Amino acid sequence: MPDSTPFPSQLELSQPEKTFLDSNELILNMGPQHPATHGVLRVILKLDGEKVLGTECVIGYLHRGVEKIGENRTYAMFNPYVDRMDYVAAVSNGLGYCEAVEKLLQVEAPRRANYIRVILTELNRLASHMLWLGTHALDIGAMTPLFYTFRDREEILKIFEKYCGARLTTHAFRIGGCLYETYDGFERDVKKFIDFVPPKIDEYEELLTSNRIWVERTKNVGKISADDCKALGVTGPVLRASGVKWDIRKALPYAAYPEFAFEIPVGANGDTYDRYLVRMQEMRQSLAIIRQAVEGIPEGPIMAKVPKVMKPPAGEVYHSIEAPKGELGYFIVSDGSTQPYRVRVRPPSFVNLQALDLMVRGQLVADVIAVVGTLDIVLGEVDR
Amino acid sequence: MLDALTSYLSSDTTPGQAGNVLWALIYILIVFGGVSVAVMAMNWLERKALAHFQIRLGPMRVGPHGLLQPIADAIKLLTKEDIIPERADRLVFWIAPLIILCASFAVYVVIPFGPTHAITDLNIGILFMLGVSSLSVLGVVMAGWASNSHYPLIGSLRSSAQMISYEVAMGMAVVSAILMTSLNRSGTGTLSMIGIVEAQQQQQIWYLFKFFPLGFLAFVVFAIAMVAETNRAPFDLPEAESELTAGFHTEYSGLRWSLFMLGEYAAMIAVSSIAVTLWLGGWLRPFPNALTGATWDLVFSLVPGFSFLALAAVAWIGVIRMPKDPYFRVQTLGLAAFGLLLGLIGLVLFAPPVRERIQDIFWFTAKVAFFMYMYIWYRATFPRYRFDQLMRVGWKVLLPISLGVLIGTAVVGVVF
Amino acid sequence: MTKLKTRYGSGVREASSYVGQNCLILDSSITHEILNILCQEEEFDYCVDLTAVHYPKREKPFDLVWILYSFPRNQRLRVKTMLGEQESFPSSVPIWSGTNWLEREVYDMFGIRFDGHPDLRRILLPEDWKGHPLRKDYGIIEQDQQWVQAHLGIESGQ
Repeated sequence: MPDSTPFPSQLELSQPEKTFLDSNELILNMGPQHPATHGVLRVILKLDGEKVLGTECVIGYLHRGVEKIGENRTYAMFNPYVDRMDYVAAVSNGLGYCEAVEKLLQVEAPRRANYIRVILTELNRLASHMLWLGTHALDIGAMTPLFYTFRDREEILKIFEKYCGARLTTHAFRIGGCLYETYDGFERDVKKFIDFVPPKIDEYEELLTSNRIWVERTKNVGKISADDCKALGVTGPVLRASGVKWDIRKALPYAAYPEFAFEIPVGANGDTYDRYLVRMQEMRQSLAIIRQAVEGIPEGPIMAKVPKVMKPPAGEVYHSIEAPKGELGYFIVSDGSTQPYRVRVRPPSFVNLQALDLMVRGQLVADVIAVVGTLDIVLGEVDR
Repeated sequence: MLDALTSYLSSDTTPGQAGNVLWALIYILIVFGGVSVAVMAMNWLERKALAHFQIRLGPMRVGPHGLLQPIADAIKLLTKEDIIPERADRLVFWIAPLIILCASFAVYVVIPFGPTHAITDLNIGILFMLGVSSLSVLGVVMAGWASNSHYPLIGSLRSSAQMISYEVAMGMAVVSAILMTSLNRSGTGTLSMIGIVEAQQQQQIWYLFKFFPLGFLAFVVFAIAMVAETNRAPFDLPEAESELTAGFHTEYSGLRWSLFMLGEYAAMIAVSSIAVTLWLGGWLRPFPNALTGATWDLVFSLVPGFSFLALAAVAWIGVIRMPKDPYFRVQTLGLAAFGLLLGLIGLVLFAPPVRERIQDIFWFTAKVAFFMYMYIWYRATFPRYRFDQLMRVGWKVLLPISLGVLIGTAVVGVVF
Repeated sequence: MTKLKTRYGSGVREASSYVGQNCLILDSSITHEILNILCQEEEFDYCVDLTAVHYPKREKPFDLVWILYSFPRNQRLRVKTMLGEQESFPSSVPIWSGTNWLEREVYDMFGIRFDGHPDLRRILLPEDWKGHPLRKDYGIIEQDQQWVQAHLGIESGQ
């Protein structure tokens, strides 16, 4: 770090002896309980007046030991646990895990299951981005988009509920395919939804995209270059907004994505405004994918032939998917028994959060909140 | 005795000018009561309107459609525990909200609700208003200091910096309106509030439209500055919860906090009154000179009655749409009674003697109510300005524009 | 792969491919150099993940795993090395700055130290926690009772 004074450790900060009058720098604590930090995240800021000299994130408040649990559950039993990590977009977590185990078992989910998986995952991406938009706008001060996005997100959650019974932690997929057949009227509901949503997305854009105050709050705030992104391992819309046209759905395709035509939105500057635009475009692209998928769901089985007691041969596999927040990866080591030997989850929010320090150096305090919002982190995923 | 009471009624000046202390006190009580009721109504309206903007309903339970919510809030705040931080400066802590409250309320002394309906009419009325309303900055700083905690201190410093920056642009805009008053036949301008409205009446134009677009620009500058002056969205960074510092009133609870809120809403109404008086023609009805004549006078004089009848109709539609469940019986009755009350007021306002008297007050209040609605609309729509951007807008955008308008008004006034 | 084998013949234990995923198993002494080479020359500019696996019955119980990805080549590679019980390893932060928190997590969960890491502290667990949970000898519901009693004021978290 360029500045000389070291950050006090967690222990030191909990017993402050120095007052803020002792030096030019003020150490300010955005505590674990804070309306804007999207969960229990503690950000310690070193400020010079309003300017941020450095930050430090203290995480681990939501650490539940998911990886350790994975070593003590069978493969199928562990499936519901992964939903709880990125609880905002639970379907993608399940998709990544199921596909990773399927790779270990060397089975392939049938084509119909893949289509259903893609539809639900893209709906889930829309839901996640809508929630992101509402909370990000709220942090910056615009209260109303929150209610509009949540109202539209309700429609997606209704579809999830009709499909698998749960709105948020869906446990929608099983290893080898999907357990539930699409319900009567699934296609009709999804089609109604994709006709209903584009004017809503236009409404959000109308409220924010050309709003001068919004532009001033987000342009040139939290800039990060493409090289920094790659070195830090930042993925997802943050990487794409910095100009790197990379999406795992196109680069290393999985599920039924090779069969669909969609674009990858890319930004130019890598600032908050670009990330906002990239995510809005991603919402529209998700709608395009869903439209193509729902019009061509093939007939067939929805579950591959998977033994009741799953004992994948010993080996390791790493499989990642493009979750709404970035590259979500699963590294599973199997020793031939019914329980995984090691389940490692590569959380996109954890790695993206490292970039916070770089992004807010030299910016003002009010921008820290905007940047935390634009990184789109979910603490369940950061801490696991 | 009775003579002393009624002698004032036949005079044509304000009680302050007539030297009639009793009537001045009565007016003060009326205005104070009116402002308090207005603040409560504003509280209710804000919650309902904000909720409707956000496609939800807002308070519905406390009274019919939440009409008694402000009373419930007041009771809650009054019965809350009064917490004072341990090492706070007690005297300053106690005085700060009082200063803000007094500054905001002292302004009402010169607000004209009609040609003789003001508590008094100082001949430096507008100067008095600007000066006294600036005193609230002192209260803000004192509140932040007395809390002995760095979040409120930072918040109060930001808030006070914001308020004094926007006062400059406000002042410039006000001066350009004052300049326009000097363009009447006698060639002298006036700073008195009643005089300004009478000048608009004489010159037969609301200053909003005078020398278009200069008057309009001055109005716009003032409208933006007054939102910043009262720390309301989109300039509410010092008091927003999701920013780091929750503002100068963080450490206040219960009654003291409600004093801050009262002061804030009172200040909002006060600066809106300034805007209405200077640019929107005060108590004059719309088109005072374009549509003259007894018939037009009659038509416009029926508007208050009709507006109250319309409100009563809305209340009765609400009654009809109430659920028929016996659980809601009390609420339905309450809403029906409220609608009845509004209807009665409307009918009373049709009676000719009342009709004549009520015109000025009604039009003034209606215009101020329009501004209040705009405040709520801004809050629902706009994100927040960051503090440095806020200051930039105040100094680098509004001030040059207002200076330009001032010079333009002066030049145009002399030339034409 | 063959290029690396010719240069470091003895150090490279194995270069295999399982279910289509390439894996390099290396000696711990040369791993840091090879990682550098992979980043600079072979254009593996993105370190996807860094993690460890604990095999308590092995002679060198820890397996450090890097998962690398190359943007220009669109290729993924896994690099593994074996570490002994108290062995530490040179930090990869100079190569990819994103491994900062990933190494902190490995230290937190396994106790493997990284030399040259700018700020090696526990990240997910409190700083004064004792024990490294993802090791196989750490029970599934075990907690640092001392920490729990000292900081939470309760007898036990169970």
